[in-house]
Amino acid sequence: MEELSLHILDLVQNSLGASATKVEIHIEEDVSRDRFLLEVRDNGGGMTKEFVEEVLSPFTTTRTTRRVGLGLSLLDMAAQRCGGGVEIDTELGKGTRIRAVFQHSHWDRAPLGDIGATLMTIIAANPEIHLIYEHRVGERIFILDTEEIKDALGRDIPLNNMAVLGWLEEYMAQGLDELYGGEEGWRP
Amino acid sequence: MATLKNLDDLRKLREEVKGELQERFGGEIKIIVGMGTCGIAAGAREVMTEILKELRTRNINALVTQTGCIGMCEREPLIDIERPGERRVTYGRVTPKDVKRLIAEHVLHGRVVEDLVVARFDEEEE
Repeated sequence: MEELSLHILDLVQNSLGASATKVEIHIEEDVSRDRFLLEVRDNGGGMTKEFVEEVLSPFTTTRTTRRVGLGLSLLDMAAQRCGGGVEIDTELGKGTRIRAVFQHSHWDRAPLGDIGATLMTIIAANPEIHLIYEHRVGERIFILDTEEIKDALGRDIPLNNMAVLGWLEEYMAQGLDELYGGEEGWRP
Repeated sequence: MATLKNLDDLRKLREEVKGELQERFGGEIKIIVGMGTCGIAAGAREVMTEILKELRTRNINALVTQTGCIGMCEREPLIDIERPGERRVTYGRVTPKDVKRLIAEHVLHGRVVEDLVVARFDEEEE
């Protein structure tokens, strides 16, 4: 995958496949420690120990589970290539936390890319889930919480209404822009 | 400089949208995008982004949803379009460039875009 935001989209698909109703995405860009961390936490069905052992290999998973195996192993390979790795914390019936760490400045680290498009895709197609996005760049932070938005909007209007999605897209674009220091800032 | 988007804007938007909702008619048009690892790697997110953009530009309130890998990975990105009361059609190897045409032809007018069709479903088959 050419962007880390595509890996994030893929991880969230796994969460949804595991019947998660709440998904949290955390990104921490710490240039001073040269670390890029991404984490997806969900309250889905979790994985068994055996499955976790297999899940990082692109070859050992069975056809029905391949979707999960392939995506996670791609992320693991990408992280290892960049002096980092993937950590999986999971409990059956409770949920899963996937944490990937990269060396921020590594040549091979894919850019975060269009995280706004990833979030829009998740929200538009799954308006019912509780999505929290927390992105830190140094001291700055951007948080998007779909529950907060639903409260402001009123529960009678769905989040996937086209006008609402339009608002969301601009809201996120501005939030992310400010995160990187506005016009004079740098890009991930 | 553009005005900042905040939650107050959203509260205002709420009133506009509420009015529109009441005007809405009949069943909903459904668009389903394949979002498995295979779909994502093939560009499903970009297709989804373009679909949302085009629907908004044309002010069409369709239901856009997603599905996982359906075993036709080599034909991703796959999208299904279903108009109320009509059969569902699956399109394959869809690119963002195809989206305008799919929406103008199929979503708006019910005309199937033959060169992109991968499968058709009759109601009994589902």
